[in-house]
Amino acid sequence: MDPILSVKDLNLWYGDHQALRSINVNIPANQITALIGPSGCGKSTFLKTLNRMNDLIPSVRITGEVNFRDQNIYDPSVDVTGLRRQIGMVFQKANPFPMSIYDNVAYGPRTHGVRNRAKLDEIVETSLQSAAIWDEVKDRLKTSALGLSGGQQQRLCIARALAVEPEVLLMDESTSALDPISTSKIEDLAAELKSRYTVVMVTHNMQQAARISDKTAFFLLGELVEFGGTEQMFSDPTDKRTEDYITGRFG
Amino acid sequence: MEYGSSENMAAPLPERAANAAAVSSPAPAKKTGGKKPLEVVMHTLFLLCGILAVGFVLVISVYLIVSGVPAIRQIGLWDFLTGQVWEPATTTREPSFGILPFILTSVYGTAGAILIGVPVGLFTALFLSKVAPPKVAKVIRGAVELLAGIPSVVYGLVGMIVLVPAIQRAFSLSSGACLLAAIVVLAVMILPSIVNVSETAINAVPKEYEEASLALGATKMETIFRVTLPAARSGVAAAVVLGVGRAIGEAMAIVMVAGNVSNMPSLLTGVRFLTTAITSGMSYAAVGSLYQQSLFSIGLVLFLFIMLINAILNLFIKRKKEG
Repeated sequence: MDPILSVKDLNLWYGDHQALRSINVNIPANQITALIGPSGCGKSTFLKTLNRMNDLIPSVRITGEVNFRDQNIYDPSVDVTGLRRQIGMVFQKANPFPMSIYDNVAYGPRTHGVRNRAKLDEIVETSLQSAAIWDEVKDRLKTSALGLSGGQQQRLCIARALAVEPEVLLMDESTSALDPISTSKIEDLAAELKSRYTVVMVTHNMQQAARISDKTAFFLLGELVEFGGTEQMFSDPTDKRTEDYITGRFG
Repeated sequence: MEYGSSENMAAPLPERAANAAAVSSPAPAKKTGGKKPLEVVMHTLFLLCGILAVGFVLVISVYLIVSGVPAIRQIGLWDFLTGQVWEPATTTREPSFGILPFILTSVYGTAGAILIGVPVGLFTALFLSKVAPPKVAKVIRGAVELLAGIPSVVYGLVGMIVLVPAIQRAFSLSSGACLLAAIVVLAVMILPSIVNVSETAINAVPKEYEEASLALGATKMETIFRVTLPAARSGVAAAVVLGVGRAIGEAMAIVMVAGNVSNMPSLLTGVRFLTTAITSGMSYAAVGSLYQQSLFSIGLVLFLFIMLINAILNLFIKRKKEG
């Protein structure tokens, strides 16, 4: 299968500190790819290079290529806002806007020029349904999103990301602040979403990676140590460091 | 002798010990029961200072009411507030005490200052907070702070020397001292408060909101106008109200540029504000006359305006705290 994201020789510096070292990886479409590794290993940084959210940090310098559908996203001619439309992101902490549930989901489409009321209604409903939260909020779309529980807020953020119809969904430890039930809901959701989207998720939770991902990438000190099928990686890792990390954390 | 002296010397010792015990044993009891004298003194001093501030407000309020109400009674509240003619010292006719021109001038002048000052101040705040490189922001912030420190009489002076002649030439008027000049001076004067308060409000918006917006493919400007500003709106509203309060209470800067004529306000004629009506009337009014009393009544009206604005400001701050 052709990769949807192909990363070639990617290096990233925060000032003088090199946070990513020569990353090469092909991320397949319509699968869940989990990025694992200890804190500070560069997995979140790597995730953010995929939709150029690192651009927001002033001291960042990047070399190498990230090809999204054969287009290097770091090419100067690339429209970053258009890119972020296609590669959406859900953050570690649920961050709904201080607006109504409806306006949260409609924010993206409205920003991109959808004004038609009926069309917006439809986008909001399908997005909330895709994020498995429609039944819980359909009677209070006009109420503030900040009144939802943490797990609901995170699913709302997923709905908001889906509303702009991205091709790739980046999830940055999106369940780490949630209770087990909310976590499992979002895991189920990710598994369902992969038929239509490509999901790349950073996770600290080894079982979560093993449970739901198809591919796993193990990062250590800014390097991509190992990348492969999740089952193979968890049962028979090639690299000694991967094995140490996986077994050490399972105990 | 020797024996006795040793006895004498020995005698005070146990006594002292007893005294010490007597002193030290009630001490812990004192600690739990009351406070050390210094604590009590300082506590009282703080309390007195606090009461002093409250006392001033009370005294001023009571004084304004006591000295402002009689003239209103004599003139009649309706005639006083809606009368269009202010001729308190005329001897040829019945004097007339209508302050509607002043009220409207104060309202129009403040509204005009807000209309100019708020967009400029808000955009300055956005620029400082979101767009400007740190070095540029530092310079601008320094300038804004300086602007806040300039005495109002200096604003008036510069307005009188620069602005008034400029308006006179631009509109071919006989005098450039008019409402427009006052509005411009007020707009510049309220700028620092608006910049500072709204920048604080903008900086308080969680970064996560902006990240979420950018990650959805919104541009930086779309993010600022559709996420950051709405999230900061109660703080921005507080900035506006604060600006209104400053503008409506200002006298010194505008008495020098507003022409000081008690016309019904229009942009290019000389006008008198509530504040400047008091300052310019006070030197003419005979002590104890209805004229002087009516100036106190104008003070009372101004006071009520400011109270209202303060109440609105508190409402916004309270709402902001509640989230």
